[in-house]
Amino acid sequence: MTNHHMSHSHSGILSLGPSLLIPVLISLTALGLYLYAAWSSNQRFRQWPTYRYACFGIGVLCSALAITGPLAIWAHLDFRAHMLGHLLLGMLGPLLIVLSSPLTLALRTMKVYWARRVTQLLRSRPLLLITHPISAAVLNIGGLWLIYGTGLYTVMQYNMLIHTLVHFHVFAAGYLFTASMIYTEPNPHRTSYTLRSLTMIVAFAGHGILSKKIYANPPEGIPLDQGQTGGLLMYYGGDLIDLVLIFIFCLQWFRSCHPTSVTHSSKRISEIVRGEPNELI
Amino acid sequence: MGNERVRIRKYNGHQYSSRNLWTGILFGFGIIAFIDEVVFHQLLHWHHFYDKSTSDIGLVSDGLFHAFSFFATIGSSFMLADLRRRDAFSLKRWVGGILLGAGSFQLYDGIIQHKVMRLHQIRYHVDILPYDLVWNFAALVLLIIGIVITMQASPKRIASEGKE
Repeated sequence: MTNHHMSHSHSGILSLGPSLLIPVLISLTALGLYLYAAWSSNQRFRQWPTYRYACFGIGVLCSALAITGPLAIWAHLDFRAHMLGHLLLGMLGPLLIVLSSPLTLALRTMKVYWARRVTQLLRSRPLLLITHPISAAVLNIGGLWLIYGTGLYTVMQYNMLIHTLVHFHVFAAGYLFTASMIYTEPNPHRTSYTLRSLTMIVAFAGHGILSKKIYANPPEGIPLDQGQTGGLLMYYGGDLIDLVLIFIFCLQWFRSCHPTSVTHSSKRISEIVRGEPNELI
Repeated sequence: MGNERVRIRKYNGHQYSSRNLWTGILFGFGIIAFIDEVVFHQLLHWHHFYDKSTSDIGLVSDGLFHAFSFFATIGSSFMLADLRRRDAFSLKRWVGGILLGAGSFQLYDGIIQHKVMRLHQIRYHVDILPYDLVWNFAALVLLIIGIVITMQASPKRIASEGKE
């Protein structure tokens, strides 16, 4: 194993070691909290839908796979594995977790006092600012351009703190972006479908352009063939998840403009207040 | 019930005629981009994922168009479902829109992107003239048929026929 990697590994490269354990702990805690909250909500409200358990479980698993276990170790040495990890941690994981409505569940489980605190926090200026579709897209896609377009990718291979921060950013920005494009949870300041669709087009284009750049000029120290496969993976993998996101977005539009139904957002309020989970998305 | 549906369709079809057209145009953009990518990029390998000759502007315009075409295909399918739900769907208007969208994009691609901006060509290392002629002529045919069909199903024309 080492012989093969030695060919392009550098002397000062990080040893991941104990850092691989932390994601396991975080994932188990998150799963435990989610299950407890769902159990607690089931005591008082209607049953929490099964698909949401599945979304949360698989979402957490996808995100964790990228930063722990064999894939994470492989990703450290091979750019193709790194890109697969990026798709799992920054796109698929966040999408599935957003679909599992963790915030709605948390608000239902909390004491009213704390739930009010949380909604106050959601309404606070800094959160309003970063959950706006445009800033969420800039944080997400702009962050990726920083990682692969500057020397940051090389730096994160040597510095544990930056390594961790970058991974956290990729997940958090992916989550933020997904949550501000499709509204599956309470959101105090909803923006129009037009604004969100334009933002999505530009953001998806930014992702596609970056993957072509990587295909042509991989980050420093990455062999050309790995860069090319990584670029292709980022391009087509990204497309696949973008398709799902666009589909859900359009489905929400389709439901919201039904000639006779109540709007989507008023349904959402009913979900928290009365505890009746809405059907899919 | 049957009578009511007919009444609603006559009324709504009128009101939503431009939305029928736009739904078709968006779908046409999506379809032509899909055909371009699958047939010419992936099956024939005539031009590629990344052409080294492509300028930065080409890369950006390509990326934007790709993302837009994805959105257009899915979005217009939901718009179509919405029109049907409102009993306002006009097949003729929609098909006309598809041809308009597909034809105008192919013409734009053939004239502006291939010739004016010289981003990429249809094919390399061959005499390009016949390819260009077929490409742009096909685009023009699509566009003209699209215009004819759209005009036939225009709200004014339908209204005047209704009076007779």
